[in-house]
Amino acid sequence: MGAELPLFPVQASTMAGRVDALYAFLILVSVFFGLLIAVTLISFAIRYRRRSRDERPPLIHGSVALEVAWTAIPLGIVMVIFLWGADLFFAMARVPPAPMEVYVVGKRWMWKTQHLTGQREINELHVPVGVPVKLTMTSEDVIHSFFVPAFRMKKDVVPGRYAAAWFQATRAGTYHLFCAEYCGTKHSGMIGSVTVMEPAAFQTWLAGGATGTSLAAAGEKLFQDLACITCHRSDSEGRGPKLDGVFGHPVTLASGERVVADEAYIRESIVNPSAKVVAGFQPVMPTYQGLVNEEGLMQLVAYVKSLGGPATAGPGAALASPAPATAPAAATPAPPPRPKGQGR
Amino acid sequence: MTTQIGPGPGGPPRPPLPPALSEPPAPRVNYLNVAYGVKSWLLTTDHKRIALLYLASVTLMFFLGGAFAVLIRLELVTPAGDLVQSETYNKLFTMHGIIMVFFFLIPSIPAVLGNFLIPIMIGARDLAFPRLNLASWYIYMFGAAFTIYALVSGGVDTGWTFYAPYSTTYSNTHVIAAGLGIFINGFSSILTGLNFIVTIHRMRAPGLTWFRLPLFVWAHYATSLIFVLGTPVIAITLLTVVLERALHLGIYDPRLGGDPILFQHLFWFYSHPAVYIMILPAMGVISELVTCFSRKRIFGYPVVAMSSLAIAVIGFLVWGHHMFVSGQSTYAGLIFSFLSFLVAIPSAIKVFNWTATLYKGSVSWDTPMLYAIGFVGLFTIGGLTGLFLASLGLDVHVTDTYFVVAHFHYIMVGGAIMGYLGGIHFWWPKITGRLYPEMWARVAAVIIFAGFNLTFFPQFILGYLGMPRRYHAYPEEFQVLNVMSSAGASILGLGYLLPMIYLVWSMRYGPKASANPWQAKGLEWQTASPPITENFERQPVVTEEAYAYAVEGEAHIV
Repeated sequence: MGAELPLFPVQASTMAGRVDALYAFLILVSVFFGLLIAVTLISFAIRYRRRSRDERPPLIHGSVALEVAWTAIPLGIVMVIFLWGADLFFAMARVPPAPMEVYVVGKRWMWKTQHLTGQREINELHVPVGVPVKLTMTSEDVIHSFFVPAFRMKKDVVPGRYAAAWFQATRAGTYHLFCAEYCGTKHSGMIGSVTVMEPAAFQTWLAGGATGTSLAAAGEKLFQDLACITCHRSDSEGRGPKLDGVFGHPVTLASGERVVADEAYIRESIVNPSAKVVAGFQPVMPTYQGLVNEEGLMQLVAYVKSLGGPATAGPGAALASPAPATAPAAATPAPPPRPKGQGR
Repeated sequence: MTTQIGPGPGGPPRPPLPPALSEPPAPRVNYLNVAYGVKSWLLTTDHKRIALLYLASVTLMFFLGGAFAVLIRLELVTPAGDLVQSETYNKLFTMHGIIMVFFFLIPSIPAVLGNFLIPIMIGARDLAFPRLNLASWYIYMFGAAFTIYALVSGGVDTGWTFYAPYSTTYSNTHVIAAGLGIFINGFSSILTGLNFIVTIHRMRAPGLTWFRLPLFVWAHYATSLIFVLGTPVIAITLLTVVLERALHLGIYDPRLGGDPILFQHLFWFYSHPAVYIMILPAMGVISELVTCFSRKRIFGYPVVAMSSLAIAVIGFLVWGHHMFVSGQSTYAGLIFSFLSFLVAIPSAIKVFNWTATLYKGSVSWDTPMLYAIGFVGLFTIGGLTGLFLASLGLDVHVTDTYFVVAHFHYIMVGGAIMGYLGGIHFWWPKITGRLYPEMWARVAAVIIFAGFNLTFFPQFILGYLGMPRRYHAYPEEFQVLNVMSSAGASILGLGYLLPMIYLVWSMRYGPKASANPWQAKGLEWQTASPPITENFERQPVVTEEAYAYAVEGEAHIV
């Protein structure tokens, strides 16, 4: 049995201190009101204790001034808490430009992570310190939740859609990774670790574990193996739309609607092609659901993404992105939310 | 019968109380001894006897659900999952949740105390639909039987939340039986709610205007609205889970074109208001206790009454705060967070008004009052930690951890069960005609309060440290707090056994109770203990406000 009794988890991300500050403020508010009520209640109960069996206290109906005061003051305080919490939430939702990207698949009962450089890990994730890391996550089966207490970060990983989340680690070390959404028999065994490394050490780790095949290259191979290339030709002569330069840009659909081609749109177009058909094309593509698993889908998405818009190399992209072109602006899922149900 | 609606400026002129009501002689025949035999109970339409049928059934369910909790806390004494297997553990917390929420907490106060007291408190002979009331109990028992069948035939492991697609596609346990059990039980809630609404509207005694109603009745009126409006949604939701499992409809499974998040919306649309079903009646009980044991009119009667309705109405609009990290849109989260902070206000107002009621009162420290003070303390902690969960950026860290577990146990156990026990002790002389042993009762109340805090307070810290809920095994650094929690649970368990023993003992050996042992106001204290089947010898007429404890002639509405 451990001897020490910590009250706060370690702070290891840019958000951790901000979350703890709100937590500390709420503890202050709670202690104040908790004590106020407890002390008042107990002292009234003692001061006005019954002294004789037939005691009849005076009649007090109430006080409008007091009712207004104890409605308005708590209302003001909770509105401060609301705005503070909302501000923090939006900061968590807004991915910084040019993050390092990692793809995550939750599967009963393990976490599978893929780096753009091709490294694949199970129940582990290695990231550099000081670089924003964006996670694009989905599930092969039930709902899971990616939870790293040291980062104060949690995001449900829902089958059939992509959830996006990000963090920026501030301290090297190894931290718990938990599944926080009940997922069946070995839910409590679906745990792992996130290892935060100094940038140089991370580069060494990346080089050491390199498979030689980047995520986009793996996706390109799938693109050929699944014969996607026969229709999605790069010379615009295929039966399907050309995919070069599509990612991150608006697409006009047969319905006249315009959507931005993000990760979720690409994924949907593979598993449910008739949902959003590009204007000028026939709905002839068959579904690939069941033919390629979620990890393969992520490789295909990474490949289409690598064909995407103009590159703006950011710190994260420079660190771990061998893909020739990523589109950081488009990859930033800042509010307002996309028309499609991309998780967030 | 004529009833005056709305607050009269000073009430109608007061005739002197009919002599039969001031201190009735104990009648030879009461509702308990009017008939004997199993048949006289199983076919009764007397709301008081039906309340006792419910009392026996929900007590049984409480100890069944409690037994699961004991096993859960035993397992969590050590970090390794070494007492039971993972599958068993998952079934334990699932059955603990299902039984405690659907078969104990939701029916407890309304179906036992509400059933017994509402007609008497409003001066009626029975509920509006006595046979429907008996039907509610049979439906409850039928639903419970289905759920217990699911249990003995192998159990369910989805958690009481039945999240899709785990419940619809992946779980290999008896989801259909458990889902149908809850589905059936829902009709019991709906019929009880309907019965209360009609009764409160149509059967109040002459002179009993809406703003003279005891706050217990107001709280049950608000609760009944949720029963009637909310329960059909959970019924539909669980039915779709059953249908999807049986027929692979594809409502929730994304591979069939469904949406798992839709399930969460539907589930919480009922299950968040369900929390208010548990807490509102307890708040009603506390209003009765605080006034009686300080001999004061409640401070701010109309505010306390209306805050119950405000909670019931706003409570329907906050379900999305369970889903801040689920993939719901950021802006939806913003609105649900805002509304969740709003619903905190009427609860805070109630706490302030109860506290102010004691001011210049005549406060006695009898057992029901100990429960009332305990309720206010624990509910305050539960409510304040609700603010942590309602704030978006903080909820991301603490949702689905033990922080949530601690929070809702403070509300449901610290709040609802303290209110229930306080009410049971307060009205025990009325229900049974016997007094319980005061000393033992005070000891039990203190043990329950201490055991409760030791069990659940460490879980707030555990949650902030990051321990997820529903974990069979956990990292070693969480052990100290888990051991504290389990130690508290054993004290709490002992505390719950004590009333079981001395209350049963008192039914035979307790001293006989007078009609009004607490010198309380309210029509239920103006009839005999225990009451006759018809509740009153003659139709009572109400000539004063609720809680008119002050000297006669002083009472006027400000």
